[in-house]
Amino acid sequence: MIVEKSLTAAQRDDLRVISGMMIPQSDEYKVPGADDAAIQGDILATLGRDTKMVAAALDHVAKLAGKSLASLDEAKREAVVTEFRASGGAPAATLARVILQCYYRDDRVLRSLGIELRAPFPKGHVLPDGDWSILDPVKARGGSMRRAP
Amino acid sequence: MNQPVDVLIIGAGASGAAVAWSLADTKMHILCLDQGGWMKQSEYPSTGRDWEAKFYGEWATSPNIRGRPEDYPINDDNSPIKVVNFNAVGGSTIMYTAHWPRLHPSDFRVKTLDGVADDWPIDYDTLVPFFEENDRMMGVSGLSGDPLSPLTHPPMPPQPLGLSGPLIGKAMNKLGWHWWPSDTTVATTDYEGRARCINLGHCTPACAQGAKASTDITYWPQAIRAGVELKTHCRVREITVNEDGMASGAIYYDQDGKEQFQAAEVVIIACNGVGTPRLLLNSVSGKFPNGLANSSGLVGKNLMFHPYAQIYGFVKEPTDSNRAPPTCLWSKEFYDTDLSRGFVRGYGVQFGRGAGPVFEAVASEQKGILPWGKDHHRVFRKLNGHRMHFSAICEDLPEEHNRVTLDPVLKDGHGIPAPKIDYTLSENSQKMMDYALARGREFLEAAGATDICVNSPIPWGGWHLLGTARMGTDPERSVVNEWGRSHDVKNLFIVDGSVFVTSGGVNPTSTIQAIALYVADQMKSRLANLFD
Repeated sequence: MIVEKSLTAAQRDDLRVISGMMIPQSDEYKVPGADDAAIQGDILATLGRDTKMVAAALDHVAKLAGKSLASLDEAKREAVVTEFRASGGAPAATLARVILQCYYRDDRVLRSLGIELRAPFPKGHVLPDGDWSILDPVKARGGSMRRAP
Repeated sequence: MNQPVDVLIIGAGASGAAVAWSLADTKMHILCLDQGGWMKQSEYPSTGRDWEAKFYGEWATSPNIRGRPEDYPINDDNSPIKVVNFNAVGGSTIMYTAHWPRLHPSDFRVKTLDGVADDWPIDYDTLVPFFEENDRMMGVSGLSGDPLSPLTHPPMPPQPLGLSGPLIGKAMNKLGWHWWPSDTTVATTDYEGRARCINLGHCTPACAQGAKASTDITYWPQAIRAGVELKTHCRVREITVNEDGMASGAIYYDQDGKEQFQAAEVVIIACNGVGTPRLLLNSVSGKFPNGLANSSGLVGKNLMFHPYAQIYGFVKEPTDSNRAPPTCLWSKEFYDTDLSRGFVRGYGVQFGRGAGPVFEAVASEQKGILPWGKDHHRVFRKLNGHRMHFSAICEDLPEEHNRVTLDPVLKDGHGIPAPKIDYTLSENSQKMMDYALARGREFLEAAGATDICVNSPIPWGGWHLLGTARMGTDPERSVVNEWGRSHDVKNLFIVDGSVFVTSGGVNPTSTIQAIALYVADQMKSRLANLFD
């Protein structure tokens, strides 16, 4: 895909590593990490208008690392990512957002959260009417608007 | 060559639609031009699994981020509050929360009551019949009888309280503070061809169900059936004048980018508090070298936004999150002036029911309360579906240095100079926001919320674009008269939020549309001597 080609192989490697550091796989919650191949595929396929900012963020990561993040050991990766989050600005925020927006629409993740795997429309949601007696104290207190001359 | 029309309306949003519908019964030849097109409900975000992601891109609230061909760029670098809008048939009613309060009677007498700003040249009672007519046309749900709000008669019952409503109500009751179900333009029953709300929960970026009132599905179908002509994808560059100093029509770019001239006997501008001054300032001529209708020098000045002071937290109980319209309750506890608070005027409060999972993850990560790494999953499950908002809509007083001008460099896709915003928060606004945050914190604590976060002001919160072509009886201190006609150009009218003298502390769309209907009514009653 054209969009996928817009990140270099090294950038894609670092994207995968940083995604996994942000959201690791969890046996407890039965969810994949954000470095999961399907989630990475979704990110790359839907980068679109965010491609430039994400590429800038990943370049910044590589600059802080001195080489690719993927080639560093765990301790050094942590140090680089801490610095990246502090100094990355808008590109770093964009990178975090694109990871999160793809992670939190993955079927396995939504299932773990108890969220139905569907668009809101056309089924919508059922909302309980609620107990309207909680409005009684407001009615009892009354009051009036400020008068205008 | 376009045939001359009797009335040319520029802008098909909240006010343009209302004025078009009202004037249609005159049987005049009425044409409306809008830079946007008709939207398709089948393509609205909530129809797809990527519904939340679209909010950060093609359905962003900021035109600068969204960047649709129908949008124009806005230089708002010199403002802590960024302009948000939508450009299409329906305008920003396509993309709003449908919260539907009215300005209060006291809002029209600010100078008299509090010695600040100016009184309006009209009063609340003058607008009452138009508020009522507008509520019927837009289709309002709510509960009549709020002791601290103007009396309304919503034709539909209020939204359900859901899960969030009782939590909010109980906390407010604990503090002894006023709250009430909001009037909203979300249809809670089938209404005038609109299907009732099914809680898609993603109301702001357009309603796929059509339950939320936007003027493309309320006023426009009726206006068009009554004979009003609407041309889409036509961006007006300037309003022209004749040798007598009267408006003669407008130059615009059509869908193919071709320059066109449309002659008109009357021109009505309905482009909002940023688009309207932009158009007037771009309409320079020998007779009006400083922009059209600008002998007062006030076109573009006195921009008011409503700074939003938002505070939110997370409760143990589940909230409605993305499974309900975002707003359902309001409070007027702090609406009126109490000088012991350290500021003049006040604010309305709108409560929020929560957010969807992507929004929650992105916002919480940015705020630093959602960690990276092993603990991410546990914390996310604590936050997601448990959010509760308190947002104060602070009255913004008019100040001339807050203004819209033309950017010397930035242009839209047709080469028309873009608007530039210069805006600073006043000391009074800052004190009001700080006070509101303190009250919001008390509310959240009463609800048992933790992980409290603040957005003050909400950066992309410039929904309400007001005051830049103000109404008044003095031509030296206002742009239009008390019935919306330009002091300088007798066949030029303005009907959008630009004409607001003060902003009140509530969402303005209901009042904007009531004013548009009022101006139309004034025009109809004065047809024989409209230009005197």
